Amino acid sequence: MQNLLDNFVRMDVIVQYAPEIGKGMLLTVMLGTAIIVAGLLLGLVLAGIRLVGLQLLNAPIVIFVDLFRALPPLVVIVIFYFAFPLIGIVLSQFGAVWLALTLKLAAFAEEILFASMMVVGKRQWEAGESSGMSFLQILRYIVVPQALRMSIAPLTSRTIATVKNTALGAVIGLPEMLARAAEVQSAVMNTTPLTMAAVGYLIIFFPLVIGARFIENRYRWAR
Amino acid sequence: MENFFNVDVLRQSVPYLLAGLRVTFLLCLIIIPLGILVGFAIASLYWAGGRGVRGVLIVLIDLARSLPPLVLLIFVYYGLPFMGIELTQLWAVSAALVLNISSFYAEIFRSGFAAIPTGQIEAARASGMSSASILGHIVAPQATRNVLADLVGNTIEVVKSTSLASAVALPELLRQARVVQGLTYNPTPLIAAAAIYLILLWPCVRVLSRLERKEMTSM
Repeated sequence: MQNLLDNFVRMDVIVQYAPEIGKGMLLTVMLGTAIIVAGLLLGLVLAGIRLVGLQLLNAPIVIFVDLFRALPPLVVIVIFYFAFPLIGIVLSQFGAVWLALTLKLAAFAEEILFASMMVVGKRQWEAGESSGMSFLQILRYIVVPQALRMSIAPLTSRTIATVKNTALGAVIGLPEMLARAAEVQSAVMNTTPLTMAAVGYLIIFFPLVIGARFIENRYRWAR
Repeated sequence: MENFFNVDVLRQSVPYLLAGLRVTFLLCLIIIPLGILVGFAIASLYWAGGRGVRGVLIVLIDLARSLPPLVLLIFVYYGLPFMGIELTQLWAVSAALVLNISSFYAEIFRSGFAAIPTGQIEAARASGMSSASILGHIVAPQATRNVLADLVGNTIEVVKSTSLASAVALPELLRQARVVQGLTYNPTPLIAAAAIYLILLWPCVRVLSRLERKEMTSM
């Protein structure tokens, strides 16, 4: 037991490296926030464009969405970081992870939002039009409020899953929480830093997962 | 163009990529059935359990869902040896990913089981069925059909998450692509690997979209 504690929760290691892991945690939170804001916004805009219903605009959106739903995020990150510089697009580690996960979240959000806006039936659109509302007014006052209720549960769980992938930044050397922990671990030859990172991720994500469960129960899609 | 679709490099990388694809398939063959099995078992335990068991299981499921799978993998692969448990890359990846994804499968089955009307269960009980046969004959078959879209979605996520194995140098598809990329100084293998993932998963994503839409409009 003592041996176990020495290897996984050694007090002196915790005290010494808490600031280091804390810096990583800060980066993880910043990156995650940036992804959520940009990804959801882009997803909403794309879903809106797709609602207009022009074939010319829809086809690229559908291809984009499918592409990012089918590709493993790590593959996208690796391509953005290692392959894009060769065609003159140089991204920082932060930029590569941010862009990859933002596009991924946008793809999932578009799909969820568009599907739920489609469910708000044609008749409600017609009712809105016949009472003289514009396209944007119908969206704003009729479609989006209903669609949001329907999509909030899948959207939250998808957002959490995507933000968890910020840990993938460690693979290209982004000094977020996991990368810093792994680095310290190999320096001190002790697993404590990894335990700290795991606890750090729990601190960030456990409340979110519980929150998502609450939302899911509250706005359950009628099954 | 020279860089991204270099035919010579592509030709060179094919044997590597195929070997990688084989490992990816092997990982899927281990992880998907195990994940579904463990998830189903946890959900069954939850379904049959009392308040205490349910509380514990929910906390465990949510803890497992809160950790990024890569964190679990690094922990299992680099941490457990300090406890004297040394796993090969293949089993470390399998253990970490099964731990992670079985919690998602468990949650999917759990919510599916919970949605079966209690009237049906009471009727079955009144006709003398045991809990096990109620679960096996009444609850599970209907629930599985209801949550099919989520199951397919999660399984696609599992296939994608096998690419994490490259982080511990298990020679699966992404790892192999990066190896050839390193040898040739050319990103074509990465693009080829991405194309292979697309060929495998694009049809699945299309099917999933259809299932999801059907589920939403049938509400």
